[in-house]
Amino acid sequence: MTKIRFLFLSLLLASGFVPGLALASEGGPHMKSAQVDLDDKAAMQRGASLYMSYCSGCHAISYHRYSRIAEDLDLTTEQVEQNLIYNDQKIGETMNTGMNSADALAWFGKAPPDLSVEARAKKEGADWIYNYLTSFYVDESRPTGWNNTIFPGASMPHVLWELQGMQHAKTEPKHKNAKGEAEACAMGEYKGECIIGFELAEQPKPRMSPEEFDRVAKDITAFLAYVGEPGAAKRESTGVWVVLFLAFFTFLAYLLKVEFWRDVH
Amino acid sequence: MNVIDKAVAGVTGWFNDRTPGLIPAYKKHMTEYYAPKNFNFFYYFGSLALLVLVNQIVTGIFLTMHFKPSAAEAFASVEYIMRDVPGGSTIRYMHSTGASLFFITVYFHMFRGLIYGSYQKPRELVWLLGVLIFLVLMAEAFMGYVLPWGQMSYWGAQVIINLFGTVPVIGPELTEWIRGDYLVSDATINRFFALHVIAMPLVILLLVVLHLGALHEVGSNNPEGVDVKKHKDKETGKYLDAIPFHPYYTVKDLFGAGFFLTLAAFIVFFAPTFGGFFLEHDNFVPANPLVTPAHIAPVWYFTPFYAMLRAIPSFFGTQIWGVLVMGGATLILFLLPWLDRSPVKSIRHRSVFSKVMIALFTISFITLGWLGMQSGSPGQKLTAQILTAFYFGFFIFMPWWSRIGETKPVPDRVTMHD
Repeated sequence: MTKIRFLFLSLLLASGFVPGLALASEGGPHMKSAQVDLDDKAAMQRGASLYMSYCSGCHAISYHRYSRIAEDLDLTTEQVEQNLIYNDQKIGETMNTGMNSADALAWFGKAPPDLSVEARAKKEGADWIYNYLTSFYVDESRPTGWNNTIFPGASMPHVLWELQGMQHAKTEPKHKNAKGEAEACAMGEYKGECIIGFELAEQPKPRMSPEEFDRVAKDITAFLAYVGEPGAAKRESTGVWVVLFLAFFTFLAYLLKVEFWRDVH
Repeated sequence: MNVIDKAVAGVTGWFNDRTPGLIPAYKKHMTEYYAPKNFNFFYYFGSLALLVLVNQIVTGIFLTMHFKPSAAEAFASVEYIMRDVPGGSTIRYMHSTGASLFFITVYFHMFRGLIYGSYQKPRELVWLLGVLIFLVLMAEAFMGYVLPWGQMSYWGAQVIINLFGTVPVIGPELTEWIRGDYLVSDATINRFFALHVIAMPLVILLLVVLHLGALHEVGSNNPEGVDVKKHKDKETGKYLDAIPFHPYYTVKDLFGAGFFLTLAAFIVFFAPTFGGFFLEHDNFVPANPLVTPAHIAPVWYFTPFYAMLRAIPSFFGTQIWGVLVMGGATLILFLLPWLDRSPVKSIRHRSVFSKVMIALFTISFITLGWLGMQSGSPGQKLTAQILTAFYFGFFIFMPWWSRIGETKPVPDRVTMHD
């Protein structure tokens, strides 16, 4: 039995470690954690409201229904209808955008993607969204006047700029290696120099403090993480009981096996 | 005789009068199928693979009730299953996790056969049918992976179907015939759905029946590789080293199944994507024929063979060599029973040299699997080439190396370790 016990433990460890290792080994810019908590319904409610105000004009969540938001985020149908549905959609419908896709293509060069499973489509998961939302900076060379260090050349403007204020890139000359060749920049480059961080312009005055804006970006991220897999919180709470049941079943099966095998040994 | 015994005897008798073969068949395969006493950990995986097969069929039936096999609707219908179908996300995760667990169990099962020489005479046919199941399973898994119609589904299908394009003369027409179109499209997903849900499962089920039938004719091998039917108790006439499959191995496998399902439930409920190994991030982006992903990699269970495919450069103006190597890597498994010339079956009695070869083979196969997930730097490509050469060398030179060195004496009786 010792072999089996060893295998069980190593498999348990592996199931925890492998996903961690997979994430740790990937390159790319450093991602701040959005600390998404799928049990924090208040954060997701605020995120839903922010999403509807700032994002839903262009981005659809075409696989998710308004009614599901009410059900999952402890809201009443009336609350959702009055506060979250801006167009003439009904509570049972999916969260489509009012923007015509041909217009979107003409205006942005690329239709804004559907965000239903955006939080699952990146290897960094929902954290990618949080980092993206906080990494816009002023770049006059871009058609919208904005660029982004997480997604360079993004065609999306910084829709939250009034809340955050105007973020400018802080740069320094590129480092040279021993051979005198310029090294790649970790956060991308702006006007031929490496971006090393951001600074906020004092004018025009932001509507929010940096802490408040950080909360906004995290709340939108939490909402999109929830939308990516609305059943995730329930999945885990059900899972505890399933695993406990199966563990108990396995224990009983083990006793049964021992009982039957008594006459073999 | 009480009422219940009478009822059971009555019903059994009724069936026995009408299908006289039923009870003998039950005895042959269950209560009088004598299995070695000394099965160890590796002997759980046959029944576990069968359990996963049942899981795939049952969850698959429920998925087909809601899935739309069309290029326009497939991706959305998977999300519909995940959001709007009651219990849908659990069923889907059971199916997607089951696909990976199928390969884990089958790889363990094949490894067991390799280290204990279970393919040796008289079990060659059992091994041949098993390899055939493995091949059909790979086709089944590939076509199933295409169905959610994400970017990896689409571009994976593109890469794999184009392999057939390397066939001389008829290549381009062949790929067109497989796709049913000039590109991977609605026609492709529709036919892959048909093959995935009915054609391949039927073939797999038939092969599993034949695999078990062939096994039960010759009896199971065991970790010592000894004949368990040689010794009978002189008084009772019972086998000394073998026990009836039912109830001994049914209860033991029940415990194994419980254990395995506990681990499976951990994955299904707490890590269904398994960090991008079981469900890949890129496959949450809907298929787009106009945007090629930067990095196309197959799911983990195909990566050893994918690494071999990539390791082979194209020469004489064709890429068919890589395809031949990849195909050869699976087909060469069929020859294993005739390549092994070792006088003993089990690794326990093999020479040190043979043990080292089997260990190196295992390490190189796992390393190839890792290489198949990487982007493929020149160093990685060279490693893959060396390991591919070793993979084939292992089999091609087996008739020679399997006879080298001194084997340990094979015991007369089985030994029990637990």
